[in-house]
Amino acid sequence: MLANYEVSQAEKKFIGLHLLFAVIAVSIGSLFGPLQALEHSGLDLYPYLQPIFKSYYQGLTIHGVLNALVFTTFFITGFLTLTTIYGLKRPLRYPKLNAVGFWMMVVGLVTAAIPILADEATVLYTFYPPMKAHWAFYLGLTLVVVGSWIEGYGMYFTYYAWRKENPGVRTPLTTFGGLITMVMWQIATLGVAAEILTMLLPWSLGLIEGTDPQLARTYFWFTGHPLVYFWLLPAYVSWYGMLPKQAGGKLFSDSLARFAFWLFLLLSVPLGFHHQYVDPGVPAGWKFLHAILTYSVFIPSMLTAFTVVASLEYAGRKRGGKGLLGWIRALPWGDPIVAAQLLAGILFFFGGIGGITNASYNVNLVVHNTAWVPGHFHLTVASAVTLSFMGISYWLVPYLTGKKLAVSNKFALAQVWTWFVGMMIFSNAMHVVGLLGAPRRTPLGLAPYIPEEWSGHLLRVGIGGTIMFFGMYMYVYIVAKTAWSKKAEPANVEVPLAESVQDPQDTPEWLDKWVPWLIGTVALLLVAYGPQLIDQISNISLTSPGFKVW
Amino acid sequence: MTEKQSMHIDPYEKNWIRLSIGLLVVFALAVTIAGFAMGIQVPSPEARVDPRTVADEGPWAEPGLRELAPGKYEAYVLAQTWQFTPREMTIPAGSEVTFYITSKDVQHGFKLQNTNINVMVIPGQVSKLSVKIDEPGRYDYICTEFCGLGHAAMFGTLIVE
Ligand code: HEM
Ligand SMILES: [Cu+2]
Ligand SMILES: [Cu+2]
Repeated sequence: MLANYEVSQAEKKFIGLHLLFAVIAVSIGSLFGPLQALEHSGLDLYPYLQPIFKSYYQGLTIHGVLNALVFTTFFITGFLTLTTIYGLKRPLRYPKLNAVGFWMMVVGLVTAAIPILADEATVLYTFYPPMKAHWAFYLGLTLVVVGSWIEGYGMYFTYYAWRKENPGVRTPLTTFGGLITMVMWQIATLGVAAEILTMLLPWSLGLIEGTDPQLARTYFWFTGHPLVYFWLLPAYVSWYGMLPKQAGGKLFSDSLARFAFWLFLLLSVPLGFHHQYVDPGVPAGWKFLHAILTYSVFIPSMLTAFTVVASLEYAGRKRGGKGLLGWIRALPWGDPIVAAQLLAGILFFFGGIGGITNASYNVNLVVHNTAWVPGHFHLTVASAVTLSFMGISYWLVPYLTGKKLAVSNKFALAQVWTWFVGMMIFSNAMHVVGLLGAPRRTPLGLAPYIPEEWSGHLLRVGIGGTIMFFGMYMYVYIVAKTAWSKKAEPANVEVPLAESVQDPQDTPEWLDKWVPWLIGTVALLLVAYGPQLIDQISNISLTSPGFKVW
Repeated sequence: MTEKQSMHIDPYEKNWIRLSIGLLVVFALAVTIAGFAMGIQVPSPEARVDPRTVADEGPWAEPGLRELAPGKYEAYVLAQTWQFTPREMTIPAGSEVTFYITSKDVQHGFKLQNTNINVMVIPGQVSKLSVKIDEPGRYDYICTEFCGLGHAAMFGTLIVE
């Protein structure tokens, strides 16, 4: 630990570049969200996009890839780089390594974007074979993932160097949560790595004739489920490690926060079959096992709910809030950074309830691949995560640029509430219409089987989506205006690290030791996935030829 | 580290954890009961087929409904871009149908509206599920997985008389 360590201008610029790409990605990706929503309510604007964007599905591919994969990955690697170096109070051990990782992600992004924009990769962000995209799409995705690994290695090396300099000291919580996120991602992405490198890339290059689509799905969801925790854990880093301070209080329990992060490492990966409950090629017994494991994630989620709410209550009471619920009103709702995260938490509460439903194996039969599912994950990734990231941006951009937010507090607050209101309408309507049977990934205006009773809900999809459109572009405007303004007031922003009620040094040492938890993670993975993976791989049959169906 | 460290847990939080574990057990029991006792089914591996030839030989060369016994049917359904064959099937109310569905090209979905039938259709695999329908009416089966430009129009109808 260096005594007066300050994050350098070069480091700020490096982190800022991550943010720049993230915001560009989400601003392009989100163009299509409202178009999809309006299409659902009967206003089809796609004819006007001709000949630049060829179809609803090309737009949906862009929406999923840029928002869910690119925006998140760039924001997260940038944000976690900051929590690593700021928390450890030391610079990156090998800054060049991190730079290599970052630029590899950028090259990957461009490589994948070209075929997507050329309508040569309209396969949606799940790219299920035997739909066959241009090889550059698979190569680009691979580079993005490998680049994020390399940035992760850079963080591990930095941590390792710090650990040698500081034996026995508890890892700062935000650093700790960030490292767990990156390690979990490392393990989780082995699934898509296997899928692309052993099947899709050689196939798209013409080296092999066909694929095994069932095995490809198993590989994909090995990564696809923990992907949601890769998005969510950085938001938790902020909820646990920063929000208590921003709200005017302290973290309620340092040790339970760490315990929850370990449980997320342990339990994020070995339950991907819950996305494959209705796959014909996965035995029902394995689905059942993953259903039970999925429920166990309920525990760290409930721990998080308790600790975050208790920390907020502590803050609210310190600010003079009285009575059973008075502390809620006493929270600094006028601060857009806090309001964004509080509203994200509220939306996530609804998302969590829906998630329990999805996980329920047989209830899943009703909602699988219906509009319920995007209704659900716009509450999670597009709210708990995206709205938190928006709030984080409101201190992070000033911190990195040294310039005050270029809009009034009121405007930033309005942005946050606009997203919240739009999302409440949108996601509720999507859930309802999904329960009634509306499929997802479908331009419903073209579907011949839509009963009249759906139309009121579909209208609400369009209304909510339009409000979200304003919420999103108010955000982009705020960030862009702040970043580019020349004569802005200088900002004096610090990274908001929350203190803990209890001294972190009193947190038991087993909560700061990697090896046992990593062994546990791998062991659980082998039990939950090993036999099925061996079975599916040894029965592989690469008989499914490729199709371009768009 | 001289003093012995243990995890401090607030008493409220202890109760909260107990409650969480309790709820977890309830959920797990609910799924188990629904899955085993009530016989709600999810698909399990049925057979592997060769998607390149499945439309030319074997039962999917002539997809359709076959009566096995009074009130008992099996339906071989072939999914392809962008239609199900057959497009229409008729059964009497109160009968049980077992579907065997596969695809000759890309992935599709098969969701029989207003029933519990909802399954992925994956080339090389056979999706098997049964349903008993008592209520007469028209039940659309729609494709629920993106399968190309004509995906939104891909559906068929099961008529229950
Ligand atoms: C700007 C406001 C947004 C609106 C109005 C919107 C609307 C929609 C709609 C209607 C769908 C369903 C399309 C279909 O199933 O046919 C969809 C899909 C999706 N959205 Fe959004 N969205 C927005 C922002 C976001 C954000 C910020 C994220 C993530 C960070 C996101 C992630 C996704 C994903 C992953 C899908 C699924 C794509 C697929 O099925 O392949 N959306 N969105
Ligand atoms: Cu999942
Ligand atoms: Cu389809």
